[in-house]
This record gives sequence, structure tokens and C-alpha cells, in this order.
Amino acid sequence: MSGTHSPDHDHDHEHDHDASATISNRVKALVATLERKGLVTEAQIDATVTSFLSGAQPANGFRAVAQAWLDPGFKSRLLADATSAVGELGIDLSHWAPVKIRAVENTPERHNVIVCTLCSCYPLSLLGPSPSWYKSEAYRSRVVRDPRGVLAEFGLQLPAGKEVRVWDSTSELRYIVVPERPAGTADLSADQLAALVTTNGLIGTALV
Amino acid sequence: MFASGDRVRTRVMNPDGHTRLPVYLRGRPGSIVYCAGVFPFSDAVVAGRPVDEPLYTVLFAARDLWGADADAAQTLTADLYESYLEQAP
Repeated sequence: MSGTHSPDHDHDHEHDHDASATISNRVKALVATLERKGLVTEAQIDATVTSFLSGAQPANGFRAVAQAWLDPGFKSRLLADATSAVGELGIDLSHWAPVKIRAVENTPERHNVIVCTLCSCYPLSLLGPSPSWYKSEAYRSRVVRDPRGVLAEFGLQLPAGKEVRVWDSTSELRYIVVPERPAGTADLSADQLAALVTTNGLIGTALV
Repeated sequence: MFASGDRVRTRVMNPDGHTRLPVYLRGRPGSIVYCAGVFPFSDAVVAGRPVDEPLYTVLFAARDLWGADADAAQTLTADLYESYLEQAP
């Protein structure tokens, strides 16, 4: 923190900016030191980041969900071991840290929603970089206490009595939600189904 | 080692160093719903004494976290290392 704020202010948004700026400055200092010592070049860093992120697209998650809707066998494998199952779609997670992906299924009885209260753990490989609200203190602290209220603010009103389950990814597992297949989609192709899916649907802050 | 279905309680602990047991989940009853495998135990890794530990997905009822006025249809899971858990009394 910069220390320039009055001690009694409560403007959390400003804190988020301060934290990002601090990390950004630290990264710059670290990179400068590594370059000065000849341990890496800027080109190497750029190439690594590019290859790291090139496979990390939300289209991966959308395809996995569409396939699960079309193929009950794939859906069972996805729910049992998502890390292996997405490999069937040609999505290669082998260059990622040894995190395990878990898919959790929405049903008529239960809606699932994902958060990381401790930091901002997110299934980057299947959903790409996370939305900024996912990393906000407001979302992280409120969704565990009042998920129905937070989901209502996203425009998602869950029926009373339907279970809402919050998955706090505190450790090595990363989660995606498998939404329920929308009604009236029986004739759609895999690509058409994938086009219905949204990032918020896979986090659980939207129905699909 | 715990198994799926085991009733557990999270430990009350306030370590000086890194931990992945959120404060709001300390001293709470829950049950094991998934055995995730064995992973480097983050608290020990950060302390420079790496060991591997079983990791479990633990299910909690919102009322056991937030009190009697919480929604009965609300639940929460967290992925917790074995060191964070004890058998439910």
C-alpha cells in the first residue's frame, strides 16, 4: 500500500489498484535483475508467456461442456477425471503445473459456483485469464457467505430450496461448472452448443 | 488417512507462516466428499521443509459456517490437506 490514503477511508477498489501496481513493480524489478545477470532475455520471457497463454482459451471449456451434453460417456469421464477427459478433445494440459481439473455438474437439485477466497485460483487452461471481478475482494468474500445474493446481482435468481454449493478452490484443484443443457437444443451441433456456453456459466455466475 | 464419507473437523490453528486453511473454515465440522490424491503440502513447502500430504475435498453446511440463520440449502466445499483435519469428535 502506498500509505498516502487517509487511515479511515474504505475505498476497497483503490486498494486493488495499489496491490496490482505493487506486484507489477516487483515483476519489473525481478525481470530487470534476471536480464542484467544474463539469466533470461526479454524475448525468452515473451515466448514463454505466449506459449503458456496460447492454449488457455475459454473455447476449451465451451467445447468440453458441449461434448458433455452430447455424449453421456464423455460426461461421466469428465466428471470422474476432467484432466484426462479434456485430453480426448485435443486439449493438452501437460505443460501446466500439476493441478487437477475437476468438473462439477449443475442439476435440477443443485447449482454450483466457483471462487478462490485465498487468492484467485482459476482454471486458466480451460477458461483463459479470469474476469477482474473474480479476483475482487467483494466477490471472494461475499459469495461464500451469501451466494444467492451475489448470483442475483449477476441476474441469476435461483429457486428457493435449490441447493447452491460454493466450491472454494483453496489448493491444488481447479474447478469448472458443467451447466445444465438448455431446453430446445436437441438439434444443435457441437459447435452450436459450444456457442451457447459463457465463461460465467462455467464459473457458475450464469445458468449457461 | 481419511475416506469419502468420513466426518471430520477442521483444526483451530493460527500458524505464523503460510497456510491454505482459510480462517472462516477453522474449527468447523464437515465431511470428506473426495480424495484428491497426494500433493506437496503448501504450508511445509513455503517453510522450506517440503513434504507430500493427502488432499481432500471437504463439504460443509452453510449453517455450520455462518450460524442458524444461514440458508439450509446452501453448502460449501474446500480442498484441505490432511494436517488441517481431525476426526469429528
